[in-house]
Amino acid sequence: MKTTVQEILDQYPGAGRDSLIPILQQVQEKIGFLSEESVIEVGKYLKMPASKIFGVATFYNQFRFNQPGKYHVQVCRGTACHVLGSATVLDEIEKQLKVKTGQTTKDKLFSLEVVACIGACGLAPVININGEFHAKVTTDSIQSIFDSYRNREE
Amino acid sequence: MNLTIEVNNNNITANQGDTILEALNRNGMSVPTLCHMKGLFPTGACRMCVVEVEGRRNLVTACSEPVMDGMKIKTHSLRVIESRKTIVELLLSNHPDDCLYCERNGSCELQDLSEDLNIRERRISGQKNKLKLDVSSASIVRDPEKCILCGRCVRVCEEIEGVSAIEFVGRGSKTFIGTSFNHGLNLSTCVNCGQCIMVCPTGALKEKGHICEVKDMLSNPEKTVVVQYAPSISVSLAEEFGLPSGYNMIGLMNAALRRMGFNFVFDTSFSADLTIMEEASELVHRVQNGGKLPMITSCCPGWVKYAEEFQPDLLENLSSCKSPQQMMGAIIKSYFADTEKIAPENIYSVSIMPCTAKKFEQQREEMTQNGISDVDAVLTTRELARLIRLYGIDINKLEPELADSPLGTRSSAGKIFGTSGGVMEAAIRSAHYFITGKELVKFQVKGVRGLEGRKEAKVKVGELEVGVAVVSGLKNAEILMDEIRNGRNDLHFIEVMACPGGCINGGGQPISTNEEAVRARMKSLYDIDEKDAIKVSHKNPYITELYDKFLGKPLGHKSHELLHTHYQKRDVN
Repeated sequence: MKTTVQEILDQYPGAGRDSLIPILQQVQEKIGFLSEESVIEVGKYLKMPASKIFGVATFYNQFRFNQPGKYHVQVCRGTACHVLGSATVLDEIEKQLKVKTGQTTKDKLFSLEVVACIGACGLAPVININGEFHAKVTTDSIQSIFDSYRNREE
Repeated sequence: MNLTIEVNNNNITANQGDTILEALNRNGMSVPTLCHMKGLFPTGACRMCVVEVEGRRNLVTACSEPVMDGMKIKTHSLRVIESRKTIVELLLSNHPDDCLYCERNGSCELQDLSEDLNIRERRISGQKNKLKLDVSSASIVRDPEKCILCGRCVRVCEEIEGVSAIEFVGRGSKTFIGTSFNHGLNLSTCVNCGQCIMVCPTGALKEKGHICEVKDMLSNPEKTVVVQYAPSISVSLAEEFGLPSGYNMIGLMNAALRRMGFNFVFDTSFSADLTIMEEASELVHRVQNGGKLPMITSCCPGWVKYAEEFQPDLLENLSSCKSPQQMMGAIIKSYFADTEKIAPENIYSVSIMPCTAKKFEQQREEMTQNGISDVDAVLTTRELARLIRLYGIDINKLEPELADSPLGTRSSAGKIFGTSGGVMEAAIRSAHYFITGKELVKFQVKGVRGLEGRKEAKVKVGELEVGVAVVSGLKNAEILMDEIRNGRNDLHFIEVMACPGGCINGGGQPISTNEEAVRARMKSLYDIDEKDAIKVSHKNPYITELYDKFLGKPLGHKSHELLHTHYQKRDVN
């Protein structure tokens, strides 16, 4: 049985380190994040140390290193959202979910990501949960937003 | 010398292809550098070496800019000085202010730069990065808060050692140097060589200290504290006390160790002789019985871990001999304990090594007898100097003393272990005798001496032409191992040392170590070899006695039990 990563690597015969980013992107698309095992596997194939790949991957915002939760929360930190207080919103979210950006809650329900402008400046500050946009979020409204997702699970 | 450039209104000559920095240095001028590493490709990342070049709008980095004929350079114009000063001020803006408690207080490049640039106030105050101390490794402690991101550790780990245990993680102001997936260094590919410590300008990297334990044991009346020191310590310790590089202070060191309360002072060069007896016998055995060749040395614990991680298919080629440190440890807690009638558990065995990987080796589970460690603590050369100062010993007021008998008497073959090529030479001297029954006419083995990262030679041993190779710096080892894997078969014996130049340039040596110092240490070791009467391990009378009274014969049952070990593949990530 071929691993998912191996199937991806098969599409890159004789690849060198210049193929690293497209490979990582495909891996993330397939398994949702860059697991340690997948990074090691890619490293063996490209003859690159895992530390190097981790270094490259952490340079870019697009890569995640934790299994995403059932609901993936993207907090917009673009200019308009920033001006309208997205920093405090993010702080509150981290506090409520008890995770840092890039992490997933223990119950695997929510994962948190910070994104640059998502082009919904009229709704600022805005968060996007699995494609559903929540507009003009405040520190007070966050609780009820998360609760609405938790309620779906019951 | 085919170009002329003007520096601070004076003409100097330079070679085509020089960088500005090289041209300046050759003419005895200097500019401060931080990320620059001699011999490696310049990165121009820190911008400490900027100079003003006439006709150029921006300041240029001297380390990476090639010279051009007629170039006019100012190395210390007001603009340059202010620029350098700002760079250091920015580095200091998020640097911890705990110099007094820092391991590198007094040997810190950042401290020196801020002194040289006359920085007297904190003009810029930045947000401090909160990063965790990594104490997971048996050898190396990382303190990322003290890191200024010069990248020298990353480069030495990748380009010299071929290990890449550490890398820049994240970006921008949140960048730090970390391991793959931010695990502890103990779970990384790190081989503990400590070359990162040697290049670190600040206290962000240091050895895991054993001074406290040793100090406690020295004052414990129930313990017999025994010490051994590696061949290279006596020729590198001097620099810590302001004496010339390479000065051999073995006698003073013996005296100092006794003043501190070590009950027995032994010389690891003795067990280096023992290693040669076993290793040369093993080589002869392999050659005569069709064993796995080329045989590769196993006395460097950095190399051994590297091989377990990166060259697992060649592990059978490694000699099964333990390193001299561990052989001495094993003999101390068996033969010595028996003869002195001390229970092994009441012996506290300390070794002084030029090496941080020895701290890892000491705690490997193979290095025990009946659950008791063969060696209990490992001090680096730096730690020894610190311990001597701690006990208030004035080196200049001591009279030289001899090491204790019998484990303190060596041949000079054991002494040259401290330099790259030394193990090879010592082994050939004895292997020649074991095979032909005659001593070499000339003991110096041509082609294996010197600081080059890779040396090869052919040595005539009786009818047999023995192919030997000596590599130091694991990147060089990697290249050679690839050649062997690809079918190269003219080599019988290979010596590998993780640190460039061998133990004289080990990761536990004085921080001030530079190429001249390493050369002086090497010369000192070969001078000792030149002057000594006994130049071969098999003529060390105490080695013969040890075999007669205790071990039997090389590769015998007792040797296998105490002096040999095994290796296993390690999964790397």
